[in-house]
Amino acid sequence: MSKHTLSVLVENTPGILARIAALFSRRGFNIDSLAVGVTEHPDISRITIVVNVEELPLEQVTKQLNKLVNVLKIVELEDGSAIQRELVLVKVRADNETRSQIVEIVQLFRAKTVDVSPEAVTIEATGGSDKLEAMLKMLEPYGIKELVQSGTIAIGRGARSITDRSLRSLDRSA
Amino acid sequence: MTEQASGAHHPQPRARNGGPQSATVEHVTGAQSLIRSLEEVGADTVFGIPGGAILPAYDPMMDSAKVRHVLVRHEQGAGHAATGYAQATGKVGVCMATSGPGATNLVTPIADAHMDSVPIVAITGQVASKAIGTDAFQEADICGITMPITKHNFLVTKAADIPRTIAEAFHIASTGRPGPVLVDIAKDALQARTTFSWPPQTDLPGYRPVTKPHTKQIREAARLISQAERPVLYVGGGVLKAHATAELRVLAELTGAPVTTTLMGLGAFPDSHRQHLGMPGMHGTVAAVTSLQKADLIVALGTRFDDRVTGKLDSFAPFAKIVHADIDPAEIGKNRAADVPIVGDAREVIADLVVAVQAEHDAGRTGDYSGWWEDLNRWRETYPLGYDLPEDGSLSPQQVIQRVGELAPEGTVFAAGVGQHQMWSAHFITYDKPATWLNSGGAGTMGYAVPAAMGAKAGMEDRTVWAIDGDGCFQMTNQELVTCALNNIPIKVAIINNGALGMVRQWQTLFYNQRYSNTVLHSGPGADTAQPGAGTRVPDFVKLAEAMGCIGIRCEDPADLDAVIEKANAINDRPVVVDFIVHEDAMVWPMVAAGTSNDEILAARDTRPDFGDSEDD
Repeated sequence: MSKHTLSVLVENTPGILARIAALFSRRGFNIDSLAVGVTEHPDISRITIVVNVEELPLEQVTKQLNKLVNVLKIVELEDGSAIQRELVLVKVRADNETRSQIVEIVQLFRAKTVDVSPEAVTIEATGGSDKLEAMLKMLEPYGIKELVQSGTIAIGRGARSITDRSLRSLDRSA
Repeated sequence: MTEQASGAHHPQPRARNGGPQSATVEHVTGAQSLIRSLEEVGADTVFGIPGGAILPAYDPMMDSAKVRHVLVRHEQGAGHAATGYAQATGKVGVCMATSGPGATNLVTPIADAHMDSVPIVAITGQVASKAIGTDAFQEADICGITMPITKHNFLVTKAADIPRTIAEAFHIASTGRPGPVLVDIAKDALQARTTFSWPPQTDLPGYRPVTKPHTKQIREAARLISQAERPVLYVGGGVLKAHATAELRVLAELTGAPVTTTLMGLGAFPDSHRQHLGMPGMHGTVAAVTSLQKADLIVALGTRFDDRVTGKLDSFAPFAKIVHADIDPAEIGKNRAADVPIVGDAREVIADLVVAVQAEHDAGRTGDYSGWWEDLNRWRETYPLGYDLPEDGSLSPQQVIQRVGELAPEGTVFAAGVGQHQMWSAHFITYDKPATWLNSGGAGTMGYAVPAAMGAKAGMEDRTVWAIDGDGCFQMTNQELVTCALNNIPIKVAIINNGALGMVRQWQTLFYNQRYSNTVLHSGPGADTAQPGAGTRVPDFVKLAEAMGCIGIRCEDPADLDAVIEKANAINDRPVVVDFIVHEDAMVWPMVAAGTSNDEILAARDTRPDFGDSEDD
């Protein structure tokens, strides 16, 4: 099994997320992470899905996704040629003794301290999953009180845009 | 960065209709707009039942001169009738129901149509848009419920969206790989004032089915066909849906390759053609099943390597290269990897293949299949389909079905339920024409036959329509005979009455030590399960038929068989039900037991054909 990141451009219609999630569960594919948001075009949403599957099921899931009427385009973003990011917010137990050590870790990972209280600090960090995992491992000994993590979002490197062609097909002024 | 699958889409002009808009704009209600839209898309028959949320639509329905509404007795009947109508006529079938239970009663026929890729549009009423999500009276999230069993569905909450949605629904249902589309319309959208003009501007940027096959792949397929020594054309329902039967016949005769048609593909190639080997699969002919097992090339056309065809997948057709042509790219490589994948409409694929194979022949490359035909003919002659007549002089179910088929007028449409009688109908009726065999293949929906026959007859009034049904299936949906009787839809029903759930009973006989748990239908607990036919005759199907306004006839003696069938054939002013009391121990053969390899096919009980395996291996 290997991780694949799919960028799915969809029409911004009600129920599309349910359609995609239902398709994955119905066909027996597991979603590792999922992130949805609007794009530069108000009629198009972009769903980034990370799946952990072999090549053949990946082809099948892509073909099945393509059959959904509201799906405009599916692109697999590969590690080397795309930038992938996640966001975590993590609340770590901290007292006068440990606070400075934690802040040092935060700086090492170029993260941010976004809230401080006598018993805890809250840290905001973005990055690839490897970096975030490493940071969380460093913070673990201090006591993680609460952790929230976004799905991965990804964008291809270079000047090309995957939305270009889909935008043209949606362009209402034409 | 790789672009997945989107490369398979040919750039096409936008689906949106940019043509001139009709000059006249009518001021109407949403409900009137719905009926006007149905008229414009050419829906001439709607099967349905009114109820609270859909009620506004039924008022203008009454005034429509173009749309005939058939009032069914259960929404499931409406759904299967729409399917039968679509399968027989090739047009989109339409059914209508109200919200909540009306809509959920459509779930089975929608799932059925989805599995068999039948173009139907289901229109359901929904509670008023403000009440959606409040658990209002008769509210059900039918879009959510049918999401995995429709090709697409729509929730309409604005009257202005109705014409566009209906146009899109019919377009999606009938193009590409056909399938069911559900349109759920909120009651307030039906009641609101709006304007109607046709054609509406449709907007489906994400829907671009590929119909034109790739030339390179076609040439490669033709090359493999001329190089093969043991090819088989494995033909499915897609060929019927693409209206490609004439092209298929040309291809088959040009190549000289044997043809096997699946349960969904019966009629795509004439059963009586000498190149036809019969049906493949769990209850396929020995020749057809074995041909696939021994083939060096399988040309799969509009078919999906269903588990009922392949048996145990990893031992299916072990020597064969696969050419797989289908309009749905997701079917290619789903179950069996394809050496030559071809995405396209079966008609275009086959027409292009004919040209490419002809080019191979012109270049002096013609396949020599003479040795292959010697094997095929030997299997065909040694293991033909057949049956033994019961020793006790009772009716043989196979014989009944065979005679119904032989005595039927030209062009008769047959609809079967699910079970033994379905397999016997596939085996012992000759289908030489497309759209003469309707059945529930993928879903295996018991109760399909009567309403589907009703839909077929409503769409093809000049044709004789026979439903071949089991006594189990018949008891699920027979109430639609009332609909037939009252709406001048004179179908004929042959009940193959063995007093039991025959196919389940067959499995109990073979795999459960003859312990007949809950398969006797004629009697309650404590019945003699070894002889279900000797039961109470509850219900009395003849009386039941008469109570529903049909003619009821019983046939128990083989000597009366032909006379009874002829009598039924002669009645054309009302539905006829013939209760054929048949022997309960008849079984469907050949058979590949579930989960085993097709190499383990049994021609009859305990009889494994001799393929001379030792020579082949």
